[in-house]
Amino acid sequence: MRFEPGQAVRVAARRHEGHHRTPAYLKGKQGTVTRVHSSFLNPESHSYGKDGLPKQPLYLVGFAQRDIWPEYPGLDADRVYADVFEHWLEAAE
Amino acid sequence: MSSDDHDHDHAHEPLTHRGEPAAGARVRALVDLLVEKGIVAREDVRERIDWLVSRSPADGARLVARAWVDNEFKERLLADARAAALELDLDPGPSPVVVALENTDTVHHMVVCTLCSCYPKALLGPPPDWYKDLPYRSRAVSEPRAVLAEFGVHLDDDVELRVVDSTADIRYLVVPCRPSGTEALQEDELAALVTRDSMIGVAFPTAPSPAAA
Repeated sequence: MRFEPGQAVRVAARRHEGHHRTPAYLKGKQGTVTRVHSSFLNPESHSYGKDGLPKQPLYLVGFAQRDIWPEYPGLDADRVYADVFEHWLEAAE
Repeated sequence: MSSDDHDHDHAHEPLTHRGEPAAGARVRALVDLLVEKGIVAREDVRERIDWLVSRSPADGARLVARAWVDNEFKERLLADARAAALELDLDPGPSPVVVALENTDTVHHMVVCTLCSCYPKALLGPPPDWYKDLPYRSRAVSEPRAVLAEFGVHLDDDVELRVVDSTADIRYLVVPCRPSGTEALQEDELAALVTRDSMIGVAFPTAPSPAAA
């Protein structure tokens, strides 16, 4: 596990052709690791009938709504969380 | 099949999938192909459908009601909802990890799957259609407070809203706040107040009837 709870991370902004589980609205956004789940089969190969190995660590990452939608009308404290695989995350400041 | 396929003389319409949405026809065609190629058996598909429609939010409600009356159980539920479900002899489903999210006076959770329709089906039953439709899936993350208002939920200004997008293998279930005026209720009476929508996080539990409280 490369990251731990409380650590700042950024979701990779790269494009990916084909099935993957990183939502577009979070690509390039910075958030904070909230939970470290265990590792799971990589959907980018597993969903195409391959073995999905090596398994990828999965993290619940929290993002400030305002960092995603600058015009977000709710509270500063509002957050959106998503599960992101480790190979889509990089360390951030 | 046309009505010419049989020649008995009573009048009836041919068997059809009248009014079936295009997606339904596509799914039937896919199932036919997968069966033909030997990848799935028709019986497996039927079993999965039977399992799905046998599931109900009553199971999730039992978890929540137990958590409301038993603090130690609540701690176990929040630590590992799958194990907590098994403890009550409930089927937590095929997902290896189920996470219960606790609402409090200052934090409200709601769950969405923006990429498809991931949902804790084992504990909540089949998802409602709106959960699978694009408006909820997109607006739940971009303007969740407006979505909640359309469900009749208005959060106080000091309540932090946490939207959880279930993008991968984990399934999420909300543990709503216990309504006030329910101190005298038994666990099964409490469970009856816990609606499906309150465990998705788009509603509060039903208020107790004045007679019950």
